[in-house]
Amino acid sequence: MKQDPADTSTGKNRRTFFTQAAAGLGLLALAPGVRLIDMAVGGNDGKNDERAVTGAVRWGMFVDTTKCARGCTDCVDACNMEHGLHGFDRPQTDAQWIRKLELRDDQTGRSTSLPMLCQHCENPPCVDVCPTGASFVREDGIVLVDKHICIGCRYCMLACPYKARSFVHEDLTEQRPHSPRGKGTVESCTFCVHRVDKDRTPACVEACTEAGHGALVFGDLNDDGSAVSAKLRALPSTQVRQDLGLNTGVRYYGI
Amino acid sequence: MRYLVLALMWSLAVAGAGNLNAEVTANSKAAGLQQCVEPTEFMRKNHMELLLHQRDQTMYQGIRTTEHSLVECISCHAEKDPEGNFVAINAKDQFCQSCHVTTAVSIDCFQCHATKPEVAGLSGANFSRSLATTMDVAIAGPGCTGRYRP
Repeated sequence: MKQDPADTSTGKNRRTFFTQAAAGLGLLALAPGVRLIDMAVGGNDGKNDERAVTGAVRWGMFVDTTKCARGCTDCVDACNMEHGLHGFDRPQTDAQWIRKLELRDDQTGRSTSLPMLCQHCENPPCVDVCPTGASFVREDGIVLVDKHICIGCRYCMLACPYKARSFVHEDLTEQRPHSPRGKGTVESCTFCVHRVDKDRTPACVEACTEAGHGALVFGDLNDDGSAVSAKLRALPSTQVRQDLGLNTGVRYYGI
Repeated sequence: MRYLVLALMWSLAVAGAGNLNAEVTANSKAAGLQQCVEPTEFMRKNHMELLLHQRDQTMYQGIRTTEHSLVECISCHAEKDPEGNFVAINAKDQFCQSCHVTTAVSIDCFQCHATKPEVAGLSGANFSRSLATTMDVAIAGPGCTGRYRP
């Protein structure tokens, strides 16, 4: 979209231009990280297909490890199915967006079960180190890889303190339409962004809830009325490697 | 000699342009429609621009309108074989591939993107469960699910 020089002559015309641009057409050059979008289209309430995500929302997850059943992999299975992840019988390199960990305190013998996934940091090391800008934080806090510009260097995998990312080593077929995946790119949990954009919860959360565990709660951290905020208010939660100051979007209780 | 080669290339190009009129595949949803989401002439020249624009909007802004999305292209243009199963859009003589072969354009969309529409009735949880069953049978590998990395 070209800006007519006449439009710049007065402030009013400039505003009109920006509003129109944000309303439909010219966002590509501005996004991401530019708040003109917020001004033009307001918050994310009732997000529909046409509306851009905004920083008014920050998606996050609360993990109640006291409810996370040992040996249960419902969340992992749901993730694998949702995104069509499957292994090549190479456990060292097979894609893994969420995994179950069993922690054991040797002194007390107490063991804890928890899912580990991309923590959707506010200050993600993966984004810091990405040489092409493929790793990015979406306005609403979801950390993604733009695989169109990922060159597969895997710096992000080294930088991530949570070992949350996988590299696709094999030619893939039968991908699911909402979850494109391909050889030579890095991938990780997307918080099921295709579902979130349709006002649904991530597959792992849905599976955990359906199974009756209720260990995972997903929602808007910025919204005091959301279920996740209520949990965070009620229970003491921690960020894994809080010392790194990454301000993770995933918080754990009971570890 | 050079003119001969040029003439040959020109004739090939004209023939190729003729092939562009090969139109949509017969057993696709698109075959029953008057025109694409934009006029046909526009789509022939500019579909890649629309896709590129939509791709970035979806990726960075979560705008998931379907009109100019690759998923929608495929759901409309994918052909069904006589058994009623979808054929991959990048298979020989299918909509994307036939034209790109003619114009000698190599597309890498389908290294990552699905080449068939998701079958109706198998969406969401149902699809997941059926896929799980398929995967268990097809792969039967321990790498598939429930791996622990303590």
